[in-house]
Amino acid sequence: MVSSLINANPVVYEKKERRTRSAPGDVDEYAVEPIDQLEIFDHIRDIKDPEHPYTLEELKVVTEDAIEVDDKHSYVRVTFMPTVEHCSMATVIGLCLRVKLMRSLPPRYKVDIRVAPGTHATEAAVNKQLNDKERVAAALENPNIVDMVDECLAASYE
Amino acid sequence: MGDSIQWIKHVELYVNSSATPSQQAASVDAIATLLKNDLLTLEALVREMDMYLTTTDSIIRSRGILLLAELLAQLTSKLLNRTSIQSLIGFFTERLADWKALRGAIVGCLALLRRKIDVGAVTDSEAKAVAQSYLQNLQVQSLGQHDRKLSFQLMECLLDSYAGAIGDLGDNLVYGICEAIDGEKDPECLLLVFRIVENLARLYPGPSGPLANFSEDLFEILGCYFPIHFTHRKGEDDDVTREELSRALMLAFASTPLFEPFCIPLLLEKLSSSLPSAKVESFKYLSYCTTKYGPDRMAKHAEALWSSVKDVTFISPQSTPSMESKLVDGMSFLESDIMTQALVLLQEVIRLYGEFISLIIGDNDITVYVNSLNQYRQFDDIPVQGKQRLHAVGQLLSACVKASVASCNKAFESFFPLLMDGLGLSVAKSSENGYLNEDGFSPAKFNFGALYLCIELLAACRYLTVTLDNLTFAYFPHQTCCTMLSIFSNSLAKALISLLRSSAADNPQSANVCFGVKGLQILATFPGSFRPVSKSIYDSILLELVSIVTSSCSNTFLWTLALKALVEIGFFIDKFPDPEKAASFESIVVEKIVYLIASNDSTMPLSLKLQAAFEIGATMKDFMLRVVRGLEDAIYTNFSAVYDHRNHESAKLTVELLDTYSQKVLPWFHENGGSEEIPLNFSLSIWDKMEHSASLNIRCLEIASELLGAVVTAMKKAVGSCLEDSQEIIINKAYGVIFASNVSGLTGFTSGSSTLKEEEWQQTHNFSSSSSRDEWLISLFASVVIALHPQTSIPNGKMILQLFIMSSVNGHVPSAHALGSLVNKLPLEITGIDSSRSLSLNEALDVIFHSFIGTSRNDSTSGTDGSEINLSGLRLSTVRIQSKINTVIGLAWIGKGLLMRGHEKIKDITMTLLSFLSLDCEAGLSKQFQNPIEVLEEDMHPLAKCAADAFHIIMSDSEECLSRTYHAIIRPLYKQRFFSTIMPILISLVVKSESSFTRSMLYRACAHVVSDTPSTAIVGEAKKMVPLLLDCLSILSKDVLDKEIVYSVLLVISGILLDKNGQEAAVENAPVIFNQLVELTTYPHMMVVRETAIQCLVAVSQLPYTRIYPLRAKVLRAISKALDDPKRTVRQEAVRCRQAWQVLT
Repeated sequence: MVSSLINANPVVYEKKERRTRSAPGDVDEYAVEPIDQLEIFDHIRDIKDPEHPYTLEELKVVTEDAIEVDDKHSYVRVTFMPTVEHCSMATVIGLCLRVKLMRSLPPRYKVDIRVAPGTHATEAAVNKQLNDKERVAAALENPNIVDMVDECLAASYE
Repeated sequence: MGDSIQWIKHVELYVNSSATPSQQAASVDAIATLLKNDLLTLEALVREMDMYLTTTDSIIRSRGILLLAELLAQLTSKLLNRTSIQSLIGFFTERLADWKALRGAIVGCLALLRRKIDVGAVTDSEAKAVAQSYLQNLQVQSLGQHDRKLSFQLMECLLDSYAGAIGDLGDNLVYGICEAIDGEKDPECLLLVFRIVENLARLYPGPSGPLANFSEDLFEILGCYFPIHFTHRKGEDDDVTREELSRALMLAFASTPLFEPFCIPLLLEKLSSSLPSAKVESFKYLSYCTTKYGPDRMAKHAEALWSSVKDVTFISPQSTPSMESKLVDGMSFLESDIMTQALVLLQEVIRLYGEFISLIIGDNDITVYVNSLNQYRQFDDIPVQGKQRLHAVGQLLSACVKASVASCNKAFESFFPLLMDGLGLSVAKSSENGYLNEDGFSPAKFNFGALYLCIELLAACRYLTVTLDNLTFAYFPHQTCCTMLSIFSNSLAKALISLLRSSAADNPQSANVCFGVKGLQILATFPGSFRPVSKSIYDSILLELVSIVTSSCSNTFLWTLALKALVEIGFFIDKFPDPEKAASFESIVVEKIVYLIASNDSTMPLSLKLQAAFEIGATMKDFMLRVVRGLEDAIYTNFSAVYDHRNHESAKLTVELLDTYSQKVLPWFHENGGSEEIPLNFSLSIWDKMEHSASLNIRCLEIASELLGAVVTAMKKAVGSCLEDSQEIIINKAYGVIFASNVSGLTGFTSGSSTLKEEEWQQTHNFSSSSSRDEWLISLFASVVIALHPQTSIPNGKMILQLFIMSSVNGHVPSAHALGSLVNKLPLEITGIDSSRSLSLNEALDVIFHSFIGTSRNDSTSGTDGSEINLSGLRLSTVRIQSKINTVIGLAWIGKGLLMRGHEKIKDITMTLLSFLSLDCEAGLSKQFQNPIEVLEEDMHPLAKCAADAFHIIMSDSEECLSRTYHAIIRPLYKQRFFSTIMPILISLVVKSESSFTRSMLYRACAHVVSDTPSTAIVGEAKKMVPLLLDCLSILSKDVLDKEIVYSVLLVISGILLDKNGQEAAVENAPVIFNQLVELTTYPHMMVVRETAIQCLVAVSQLPYTRIYPLRAKVLRAISKALDDPKRTVRQEAVRCRQAWQVLT
């Protein structure tokens, strides 16, 4: 176990208020509501930080604007911002994001997870690791990592 | 002696330490019963127990004493003689020294001390002996929690009931109590401690008594509990809340003025605490203590108090803009608790200690602030902090004014002229004949800050006048503040009016408008004889507000404000009656509004007119009566316009007027206990109108059906709110009109024949051929019948019945409603002379079955179960499918009426419906036609469907008729009863049925019955119901048109899945349920169906693991499809469901 925290004193931001969608009432039964930024954000905002009892939203690791989504081409890209440059938790956070989106989006989607440019010391390595299918699959074979990911995701299913 | 052995056993059981608490309690009860019934005397008991009470074994001794004590506690209402009490109290007093057996002694003392005088109580000297023993022997703080609690209860009881006796213990007592309570930590005990201190203070009120010597010590003990703050979460068993404890401590603090030198400094010091709750508490305690300690003692703290109040209000206002702030006036703030309490304190201090106000008036900061209001000229330019501060100053001034008349005077003297200057009004100007040239007043110079404070002052002053008692009130008009107010009020009112006019024009949503209206409202609502505004000004205020209401409806903000102000003024007149004001209000406001309803100008939408009229009317009954008259007149005029000139516009207006009448006015009268004259007259006039309109042909109007609907609803509501007598008048009138006007088809019945001839059916089989006037008349008549009380007697029932049967067979649904209501409400038997005219239920049913089903009950007198319905009669008498469908609908409503009253004839109706449904008359029917091709099976399908839907009519609640509003007879649990009788029949029919169509229709009927049955009934039958419901779903989900039914059945299933009993049934059918639910997750026609199906899948994941694990892969596959659902909510549910199944490993 890591004896000291990577970022012992993170800045905690206020949660954004939950935007409520227009009240359903006389909506068209057959109209299609495409998957959009806010919906993706709703999936990942409540993921818990691996080392603090705060959500990724509260730490501003993910924001609504950092999500690009193209429903027609089944593509989504999430750019996240680790709290400190040398954060070794970046890969865990990225893995959590990927797992959560994998479980929440239809299989047709391609998910791309990235560290925001200039926010991490080993940016390229982390990006490569997060988007390598084999390595993600291998990581999810490791029971310790799966436990950690599940713990982080638990709150986001409420 | 056998008895004594019996009770000694109980004693032994109690004393025995191995017995369970419940056994011990039982033995105490047993002995107590013996004592109560005099089967055992107390002396004998004590004598027998001698050994237990005096033994040297302390455990047995303590149990023995406790037993005696608990017995005494149970005998509170039994008379005991002097000697017993004397010896017992002596014993227990002495035992207080026995620390090993203490609990029994305390309980015993308590039980004896709490006795009432009439059953033998402890004397004063004995009580004093108890107290002495207590002080000498008890080391309270060294005892356990329960014993401490008991000893505090004992002390409280002594102080409470024997204060005189123990009073002369003096210093000893106070010292003893200090010792006993010092260091107490348990909340329950503390509650008692605080009460003891309070009682002690009551015992020694004087400034030089025993308490005076110890007051510092005592307060030192108490003071450390402030502020009450629980550091640990509450345990389960202690139910003392923080609020209770805090209140008790406050009472203890304020119990004697002797605490003042220690208490006030402590509280003032705690104000600087960083804990917000400590501040709130401090202010609360300060207010309360101020009241109790009196002005003399508080005087020396005045400055400190003011600076603390000023700190939290003026220096750093603790308030946040409230949510509606932006919408309303931009000046409503939510004050924090601290600020609220500070203002309460301020008001309290000023009320008690009038001089205090000079501190505020003399305060440099406040004066400078009020003088520099110019910076707040324009509302939009003020920053939020500025608004906060303005609000805070407003609240401070308002607290000063509200406190007392004297303080109100002073506040007005020092601030009002300043504010008037700020508004550009001066005495000099207004004294010129009290007339202000309106053009001379320029709103550009208007100072918002001054306006705001001025309105706050006025509002506070008004509040003060309303709360004054009569005596003070009489002098009030001669007070300075009133004189000042009277001098300025005229010009102020005019200024406000012109402000309204000018700012309404260029910035209708401004805060100026809001406060302008508010100011006018306040000026118009000063109570009684004290009237700062003259009558003419009062009138002009009303005129201004009314003119806003009548003319500027496009400006919703202003319009709503003005209307609200008028309504407030109206309510005020109702609360503080004043004939002169009432007269003005009536002549200016009410008349104008009533005139508005009638006027035809189209600048203002009718809905707004009606809203205004209703709200103003609701302020007072007299006003409402006038409004109603206006409304009725408008209805009648428009009504005439409709049928005389077929005026389309009028028809629309009439619908709106009628809606207001039935939805707002009638309920208002119902709530406010209005007379029934209004609905009575209304319905009679409508019937008059119908009588005099010989040819009503408005079919050409598109809105005709809507108009009819509105009239019918209004009629129903009106009749429904009448009592029996008035209802009789109405129905007689209606009957007269309807039979005088020769409704087609009616003539046949009047001749006395009660059999329907086939030719007549042919003649009138459809309403399209009869005139629309008939439809109107019958619909209206039906609505009258629907709303009748069961007790109302109906004239010429048979004819009415025939009329409705006739028209319902012709497809007139309201007639079917009326038939349902009739059979629901008709009396079972007729008694009295009048029997020839009235109708009993059995007769009615005879007629109904005869005409509908073509058979008559021959044995109508022999009982109710003697009739069989012969279907062949029905086949003969009806020739067309359509009229059969009408028959089915009619039967459904009649069935509903019967079911609700619990009549067993419902059986016949359901059997008839079922036979239609299963089409077993098919074969017989085709035989009657020479050409069998004439009736194809497909033609019968709508009929069967209609018969299935009839079960929906029977089970569901209807708005139209047969509800509580329309006085239906409703037997409790009728739905459950129907469910349990019909379900077995339906299930067996399903099993028997051969054609798939019939089966699907039976499922449809099942679905209707099930979805309207309370879920508890269904869950009880879950095992049988689950397979049936699943079959229903699989059949019904094929047709888009059945989506509503699918949804309601799915809801029933989800109810079963969430219930514990239901889950057992679900386990058995798990694979089938799964398949069905999985199928429904892709149901394309209704989002909520997919959503509910997925929610059900989540619920199912809680079933036993072994049953569901095999299905996991399938569910996950289905869910991953649902993740791509077009609707967002479905996708969200899918994510949750996927997770629930994912973790299932």
